[in-house]
This record gives sequence, structure tokens and C-alpha cells, in this order.
Amino acid sequence: MLEFNVQTLAFLLFSLFVLGGAAGVVTTRNLIHATLYLILSLFGVAGLFVLMSAPFLAVVQVVVYIGAIAILIVFAVMLTRSMTRLRDLYNHQWAASAVVAVLLFVLLAVGVILPVWGVNGAQTPTEVSDVVADTVELGKALVDRNQYVLPFELASLLLTAAMIGAIVVARDDE
Amino acid sequence: MADVCSINNLTRCLIEGGMNPGLANFISILLGVVATATLPLVTVIFLIWVERKIAARVQDRLGPNRVGPWGLLQSVADALKLLTKEDITPLGADKFIYNLAPIIAFASIVLLWAVVPFTPLHVGANLAIGALYFMAVGSIATIKVMVAGWSSNNKYALLGAFRTIAQLLSYEVPLVLALIVPVMIAGTMSLQELTFAQQGMWFVFMAPVAALIFFIANLAEVGRAPFDLLEAESEIIAGYNIEYSGFKFGMFMAAEFMHAFTICVLTAVIFLGGWSGPFVHELPVLGFVWLGLKTAVVYIFMLVLRATVPRVRIDQLMAFNWKFLVPISIVNLLVTAFLLYVVRALGLTPAPGQEYNFVANLPQTIVLFVGNLVVVGVVVTMIRNWARRQRLGEEARSLALVAVEDENPAAITLPAGH
Repeated sequence: MLEFNVQTLAFLLFSLFVLGGAAGVVTTRNLIHATLYLILSLFGVAGLFVLMSAPFLAVVQVVVYIGAIAILIVFAVMLTRSMTRLRDLYNHQWAASAVVAVLLFVLLAVGVILPVWGVNGAQTPTEVSDVVADTVELGKALVDRNQYVLPFELASLLLTAAMIGAIVVARDDE
Repeated sequence: MADVCSINNLTRCLIEGGMNPGLANFISILLGVVATATLPLVTVIFLIWVERKIAARVQDRLGPNRVGPWGLLQSVADALKLLTKEDITPLGADKFIYNLAPIIAFASIVLLWAVVPFTPLHVGANLAIGALYFMAVGSIATIKVMVAGWSSNNKYALLGAFRTIAQLLSYEVPLVLALIVPVMIAGTMSLQELTFAQQGMWFVFMAPVAALIFFIANLAEVGRAPFDLLEAESEIIAGYNIEYSGFKFGMFMAAEFMHAFTICVLTAVIFLGGWSGPFVHELPVLGFVWLGLKTAVVYIFMLVLRATVPRVRIDQLMAFNWKFLVPISIVNLLVTAFLLYVVRALGLTPAPGQEYNFVANLPQTIVLFVGNLVVVGVVVTMIRNWARRQRLGEEARSLALVAVEDENPAAITLPAGH
């Protein structure tokens, strides 16, 4: 079934990073350790992107998630009071979050797993495209009227609004 | 050349010698990786000596001169000494992370060398996204300082780590904006392709402002003087690596020297034409020499800068970045993009097949260079006007102060608004 070669080995290793890191994030009591596990998990995702011949996405994953977001999280955690050896749960809404988690899992199962392995699901993996897209095509797709220009502009607008909002929040009242 | 076995045709040689093709491929890749990763490590031992010698000459001293000829073996002796030192782990330290930090520090720098093109033939991995890879790996360097600063359980180390985040995250913005300019001119992100695009004309002549911003932002990323706030001895003693001893400290130090050297190599590759030079297409190995010479020029410039410029304060550092470097890099990016469009619309780019010709590259270079001059001129004028306003304000304030003193010598207060 699974052909054993270097790629399989790398896939297993990166999957271990992703899953082990994610498990570590939610089980450890030390917030700094949790953040480092998160970085490991995100790094594993970047590795999976490399295996899927998407180096651009892999590098963006590292730049954005590890280089920016994870570091901001570490910064926030470092400024948190009593970040190690947390004994009590600060938040007593575990019942509500359990319901949300189960619902999310069901949604994912219905949306992702059933179409692939379900009753009428496609048993064989289908090629999405036989063209290996490079960065130039990606860039053109982002500004092409028939492709992704609208989502791209909306995302830019959202980010600009967030930036202006951050400046307004951080500004002193004069 | 078919009879000579070298690193370029090692795989074929081994297979012809009767080896399993998979194994032969593995061995040649392994040798390439080991060679690429070892080169900076060995070079850095020598570079520490160069750095100490130059700093000594600037300060009118002799520098290391006892161990070996001209003190050349001083760094080797220092490394051996570090190996014999006691390896101390502070009691309150977070042990696993504390030991992990030096390894991350080292690895994040060695990883950068994977994409450096040494000659037209020798490059670790010719990634199509090389420039972006450089940014991604560079951002890992932030983690090492944070991890080291936090796990040491020392307030000075943590203060150093806090400064680092502010500094490194801020200076990544002008760094990226400056890096986009050569990428835009060449139309590729691969470092090898960038070097090929500079065969006719180096990018430092097409985009001098971007080259300067790239160099300054990189200095800050490395944490070299005048941006060495991460380890300001006089303020926070040694910064994030204060608790480390023995060879773990040695690893931090080697990583720092190696990072400084690496950014010089990358500056040479991205703006000074990398391996390109006379006869390099006939004899590709010459690329090592040309790249080495260009790197040496940038490196020595950096060392002299380090030995002569005093350290900036943290508020000056931030103001310089956000109020000076970032606006200039954005304007420079827009001006270069516009001029490139104009150049292409007017047909001033070299004709197909003439890209390597120096003369054919002159028209677009002149246009881009003049555009850069205009940017510099506007910026200098704005700074001059700003400085004049400051000076006038200062004079007005001191006049007011004198007036207040005359009326009531006991109450010397600054006027409101200061």
C-alpha cells in the first residue's frame, strides 16, 4: 500500500512534527513550551508543503507563521503573569468548547473525509492539475480579473483596516 | 574533462566505477551538503582573527600576535579553551530549551548557505524562491534569541530578548522592501538567476539606495554595531547569552560571526554580481575568487563601521527604522517600479541576446540611477529642512529660557511643550 522510500519517511517525520507538536500544545502546562510546540507543528506543515512540491507556500508558512505570528505569541506569553506551572483552569467554559470541538470535527468529517472515503467517494487520488505552477503564475493569478483579484483585494483591505485600527487603539488621546 | 572526477560529475564517476546509482547519488549529495555547511564554519575561525586585527588597527593597537604567525592561530586556541571550560546550567533554567537555543542559533545560519551560488556551477540548491527563503530562515534567528533569553531565567537575558524582538521584527520591513528591488529588476527570486541577471551590470549601480538599505537593515538583523543593542555590555551586560558558558557560548559567538559573514556574502551576491567576473565562464572555479573578493570588500567595510560608530539608543533605533528607513524603502520601491515600467515601455532594455553586454545595459542603468539620485536628493532636502526647524526651535527655546532666568532666577523651567 504505502511505498517505502525517502519521501514516505519524510512524510512520516513531518506528520509526527505536526501531530506531536499539536498534542504538545494542548497538554503542556508551561505556556512557553506550548508556544515552542506550536512552532514545531507549524514547521512540520511547512515540510509537508515542500513534499507536495509547493516550496513557495512552505517558505511563506515559515515567514508568516513562524517568523511573525509565533514570535508575537511568544512575546505575549512572556508578558503573561505566572506563565509556568499553571495549576487551575482560568476559564470554566470547557463544556461549551467541547460542543464546538465535536461540531467542528463532524463538519470536517462530512466535508473532507466522506467525499474521499465515503460510500460514493473517489477511492483513487485524482490529479488536481498536471501543471506545476511557479511563483510567476501565482503572482499573475492574484491580479487576474478572472481568478483571484477580488479575494486578494478584500484581504488587502482587511489588513489595512486592521492596521489602522491598531494605530487608533495604540494612540494616546490628545 | 570526462576522465577527471570532481564534485560536479561525482555521481556519474561512481556509477561508472560500478556503484549502485542510488548510493552514488546519496554520497555525492551528502558530500555537497557537508562541504557547503563546513565552509562557513572553517572560514569563521579565520574571520574572527581578521575582525580582531582590524578593530585593533582602528584603535591603534596590535591585536592578537602571540599564537602562531601574526597571531593567526589565536581563534583556534580560543576555541580549544572554550571546550575546556565548565559547562554551567543555571539552577532555575528551563534545561531542554536552554540547551536547544545554541543549536537553533547555529543551524539557522548554516541553513542560509544552502542557496548561496558560489560559481555558475556550484550552488547548494538553486531554489526558485531563494530570496524568500533567505527571509524565512532569517526570521528563525529571532527565535533563538527569545528562547535563550527566556530559558536562562535571568532578567538581563530577558531584557536582551525583548529588545531583540523589537529590533529584528522592525528591521525585517525595510530588508524585504529593499530585497524586492533587485528581484523586480531581474524578474526572478532565485539567487543564481539574480547573479546571471547581473552579468552586464551590477544591481548596486541600478539600485544604490536599495543596496544601502539592504546593508543597513542586515546590520541590524545581525546585531552588529551600531545596532548591537541585544548585547549592550554597558547596559544589560551581555544580553540574551549572559548565562551561557563553555562551548554553548562559543556556539552563540560563532553563529554571530557567521551571520555577519553570511550577510556580506548575500550582499555581494544580490547587489555586487556574485561570482561574475573576468573569465568566469571559461573557468567556473574562478567564481569562488571573485565572490570572495567582493565579500571581503563588504566585510571589511562592515568591520571598520563596527570599530568606529557608537551604539544607538533603543528609541533612536526605532525612530531611525520607522520614520526614516521604511518610508524611504517604500518610496524607492515605487520609484523603481515606475522607472522599470518606463524603461520597458521605451525599449531601453538590452535587446534579446545582449543581456550580458555592458554597453547594452547602460541606458536602463542610467535611468534607474538618476531615479535613485532624485530619491536621495529629496530625502536630503527634507532632512535639511527638518534639521533647520529643529535648530530654530532650539534657539527660540534657549532665548525663552534666558528671558525666564532674567525675570526670576530661582525658577528655571523649560517652556511648555518640551
